[in-house]
Amino acid sequence: MTTRAERLLTYGILALFTVISLTPVVGILSSAFGDRATTDAGFSWPDALHWGNFAEAWTRGHFATYLGNSLLVVAAVVTVTTVLSVLAAYAFGVMRFPGSTVLFYLFVLGLTLPQEAVVVPLYFDLRYWGLTDTYWALILPQTAQSLAFGVFWLRTYFRNSSRAVIEAARIDGATSWTVLWRVLVPMGRPALSTMVVIVFMWTWNEFLLALVMVSDEAHRTVPLGLAFFQGQHSSDTALLAAASVLIALPVVVVYIALQRRFIEGMLSGATKE
Amino acid sequence: MRARQAVGDLAARYRRPPGAPRAVAYLYILPALAVYALFLLFPLGQTVWLSLLHWDGLSAASWAGLENYRDLLTDPALRAPFGHALVLLLFYAGLPVVLGLLLAAVLTRFRVRGMTFFRTVFFLPQVLAMVVVGVTWRSILAPDGLLNDLLRAVGADSLTRSWLGDPTWALPSVGVVGTWVMTGLCVVLFLAGVQRIPRELYEAARVDGAGAVREFRTVTLPGLRGETAVALTLTIVAGLRNFDLIYITTSGGPGNATSVPAYEVYRRAFEINSAGSAAAMGVGLTVLIFTLTVVVARLVEGRKS
Repeated sequence: MTTRAERLLTYGILALFTVISLTPVVGILSSAFGDRATTDAGFSWPDALHWGNFAEAWTRGHFATYLGNSLLVVAAVVTVTTVLSVLAAYAFGVMRFPGSTVLFYLFVLGLTLPQEAVVVPLYFDLRYWGLTDTYWALILPQTAQSLAFGVFWLRTYFRNSSRAVIEAARIDGATSWTVLWRVLVPMGRPALSTMVVIVFMWTWNEFLLALVMVSDEAHRTVPLGLAFFQGQHSSDTALLAAASVLIALPVVVVYIALQRRFIEGMLSGATKE
Repeated sequence: MRARQAVGDLAARYRRPPGAPRAVAYLYILPALAVYALFLLFPLGQTVWLSLLHWDGLSAASWAGLENYRDLLTDPALRAPFGHALVLLLFYAGLPVVLGLLLAAVLTRFRVRGMTFFRTVFFLPQVLAMVVVGVTWRSILAPDGLLNDLLRAVGADSLTRSWLGDPTWALPSVGVVGTWVMTGLCVVLFLAGVQRIPRELYEAARVDGAGAVREFRTVTLPGLRGETAVALTLTIVAGLRNFDLIYITTSGGPGNATSVPAYEVYRRAFEINSAGSAAAMGVGLTVLIFTLTVVVARLVEGRKS
């Protein structure tokens, strides 16, 4: 039996955690809508909604260009990662061949490998190939990093997919290629969408790689744009907050719509066989 | 007998994975492996090679042997970032796991309504770009920011300070940001775990007259062992890969009070042109991450048997 006091205490603790989680978020929203004339960085309710801050941040911070770059990089990384992961994970999940374990662990290695372990030579390699300050310098390394998760995540799906369905398709004379694209991929839409949202979020939020690979403004992605924006307008709290909101918004919207997929995907990285 | 074997063989053939010749598996893996090898495994090997050289990124490199690694262990300026990283792990991994367990313990007593809402809110910091988190917290911790406003409001004016500019307080301040980001992840993980613990165990504990504390120690904590390992692994890895936050909030300062290996790799390679030393730092960081994740896995498995 739970007492009334216990219930009150529990909801009280949950409310406290909610307030702690949301305070910085509400703070940045209130600054973003605040009056630019006030220089105080603190927490003050805006007297009116100053939508102008967003327009100002958008034009002054060149965020239209940065958003375009980010969208292009994200679209490329997500597409290539999805196709390559599906192919590789299919082989790891349903076929038996020599060396499969070693090769699979090679991919899993990428889940815990810090970017700092590869970024230095990667920069010099890409510069040597003339690829720094191009979209390729952002797309190719991020695809490689996302493959670790994609292969790991989808292999679990293929492994758990119904043997009976695969066999039935085989007996009907389907090749391994048709089984994959006609049967398993359409059935695996939940697993695939989890992978897509996670890779989308990681790529959208990626900072270190963009900082190292891109020095010209034309190829900046939004997180890099925000960092430079902070350098130039560090005292302009309202503009900085508005720019932050613009960057966080796309991911947050997708997250609220698909929170189960995000949580499931992000917590899977450390689960063991 | 023979017939049965034949049927068995036939069944085995159909139970076999699809794809006529087995070699086709390599074709499926090849494209992913090519990209992965070229842009991840190959640079990883190069990092190890680079860590054995003295190189400024421009002129010819010279052989260094293990000198970069020796400096990593002996030079205080290179050792400090690892010390800072371990302190930060208390905030990134230690505190969030403890807070998460406590909250989960409270929530085992009955079914809470609105769980989806709470889960969405608690997990939110995980999906925000660390750059955005950094910009937000920098303004909260600024001299005229929210934290100092709150302290002044309750009359604790003497406690106000420039949190990120103070040599003593900068590191814990950055740590608190990590706690804010990671606690939600632990809470969500443990809440899911608690629901999987059979109710009978709690009922049995209550019949035995166990209070809240003993119930937590004998039922909740052992029941969440797997989740604890996952939480520790994720938070430790995230806590050691915290370049973005340091770059945005303090750039390693004041002095080197908040420099961490992840930031130091970047600074050495691209700001002070010491690529060999940066590579050694990168290898050191990788070894640290792998060691800690293996230790966590061992601790959990060890206690199981």
